[in-house]
Amino acid sequence: MKEIILEANQITKYFYDPMTVKVLNDINFTVERGDFVSIVGKSGCGKSTLLYILSTMDTEYEGKVIIDNENMKEKKEKQLAQVRNEKIGFVFQFHYLISEFSVLENVMLPGLKFNKFSKTEVEYRAMQKLKILEIDQLALKKANQLSGGEKQRVAIARALINDPLIIMGDEPTGNLDKKNSNIVFDIFKKLSEEESQTLLIVTHDQSFSANTNRTIVMEDGKIVSS
Amino acid sequence: MISKLIADIAKTLLIARWKQTLVAAIGVTFSITMFISLLSFMTGLNTLLDNLILNRTPHIKLYNDIKPSENSPIDQSEKYSKTHNFISSVKVKNRDINIYNSEAIINALKKDNRIKGIAPKVISQVFFNTGQTVLAGVINGIDAEAERKLFHFDDYITKGNAIDLKNTSNSIILGNVLAEKLLVKIGDLIQITTQNGEIFSLKLVGIFQSGLRDFDKTQSFSSINTVQKILGKTNNYITDIQIKLYDVNTAPLLAKDFHNTFEIDAEDIQTANAQFETGSKIRTIISYSVGITLLIVAGFGIYNILNMMIYEKMDSIAILKATGFSGKDVKNIFLTIALGIGFFGGMLGLVFGFLLSSIIDQIPFKTSALPTITTFPINYNLNFYLIAFLFSLVTTYFAGYFPAKKASKIDPVVIIRGK
Repeated sequence: MKEIILEANQITKYFYDPMTVKVLNDINFTVERGDFVSIVGKSGCGKSTLLYILSTMDTEYEGKVIIDNENMKEKKEKQLAQVRNEKIGFVFQFHYLISEFSVLENVMLPGLKFNKFSKTEVEYRAMQKLKILEIDQLALKKANQLSGGEKQRVAIARALINDPLIIMGDEPTGNLDKKNSNIVFDIFKKLSEEESQTLLIVTHDQSFSANTNRTIVMEDGKIVSS
Repeated sequence: MISKLIADIAKTLLIARWKQTLVAAIGVTFSITMFISLLSFMTGLNTLLDNLILNRTPHIKLYNDIKPSENSPIDQSEKYSKTHNFISSVKVKNRDINIYNSEAIINALKKDNRIKGIAPKVISQVFFNTGQTVLAGVINGIDAEAERKLFHFDDYITKGNAIDLKNTSNSIILGNVLAEKLLVKIGDLIQITTQNGEIFSLKLVGIFQSGLRDFDKTQSFSSINTVQKILGKTNNYITDIQIKLYDVNTAPLLAKDFHNTFEIDAEDIQTANAQFETGSKIRTIISYSVGITLLIVAGFGIYNILNMMIYEKMDSIAILKATGFSGKDVKNIFLTIALGIGFFGGMLGLVFGFLLSSIIDQIPFKTSALPTITTFPINYNLNFYLIAFLFSLVTTYFAGYFPAKKASKIDPVVIIRGK
């Protein structure tokens, strides 16, 4: 049996504003090391909400999130930030690169925060990640000089910098055209196959989810198939 | 390592937004510049005004006051000691204004290590003769050297030299108004008549100007020996002993002490010039409050700019938090930005403050009260610079604290979902 690295245990969440709505209802599933999982469902079914809970950024929920055998409910804000830094890599629909920094610095930031390697080592590792994604020639450009597809690849490199346990994506191809979507998908596929990287991607792109190892389908806050 | 990273991020944000940074820093620079030049100028003027009086006034003056006797004979009588005595029509006692045993007192005072210096004085009424008319005036017999050292006598001499009083026998210095009236110039001989009717000739060696016209109309200075000779007194005849202390604040206490020890009237500077200290204090309070108001206004400027910066940087804050920076790290980034603005703005402010005060120092300023002053007075006090710099850091810290706290509380989910 493979090692379980992420477990959602009876997760329930309500939205209270403007009225009480149960957005997630008793969500249970696990992600094993090396899995390439996609979560699909209609807009408003709660898939993004679930991802934010699993990513430890949203802390108002019932149930348990277990990452790497540790219960996230018991951790404080600062420790959760550390978990996000060390164990989770994020790719969002929007790239969220900091425009004042160069591409290389953007990739390096979480690595410097991790403080496990020296600055030169972090720089070397960042260049390696950029090479894997074939954008190392852009390293010294400012983030706002890049095209949309390039920005998203930089964001993936940033997610990889600390060799995370799991990469979480929230519609990572949502803002991209077909060609760039395919490039991003191919990168994920390559990471999954060659590096055994665990990935959990929320998407509504059918062709994207069809090519992942496992698809979780959600409807009205519940999992209907996984 | 983490603090260095935070400093690096803050630095990059500051430099990337250098125009905004500059505006905020100029606000701080301007207030610090104004704070320093204002305080230096105001306290410079204040000291000038204080010195108008304080330089010329002894800290303690020992003299024999002309006043009614404190002990009436009836009070000393045992027979009436238990009754209440009414005495009407009391008159002042005819008392010699000479300080009895002045030599011994001066010697005792010279040994006192709380005293910076003493200057004895003989004062007498005289008449100045010019043609048919006679002008009433006062002649002060002074120790020119002590007077120069303790009371800045040279500062008021517009023509001639104060020290000539000592070097030339039978010499005199006149107030400028008096000299004009007598139509004399330096080197001329002046005829004076004493209260006893004797006539003397004195040589004019200097003109002084105090700025008080009434004072300059009547006063004149000569050496102690000359005045003693004019009055026909011996050389231990002294009417005033002026004392300058190391610590002016001890004057009232010491005055009481001397009064008891030497059985003589002693007047301290605080009693003689009570209204002066109040004015001086009020002026200091005004300058500090204006200066601090300037800094607080600059603080609000920084607060606004940081607040704006945080709204612009919402995305960056969200991603920093998503990738593992804690709320505290984000807060520290913005506090570093605020303190950076405060530090560099403040530093520049110190430099410009110094430059502006030096410029004010060059502006011509003539006053009849102080003939030796030619430009505006500036008080270069290191304390103002320290206070200003400290205050620039404190204001910017508080101006940055609330926006930084707000940034630390930003929920990344709200920002990321909003896109």
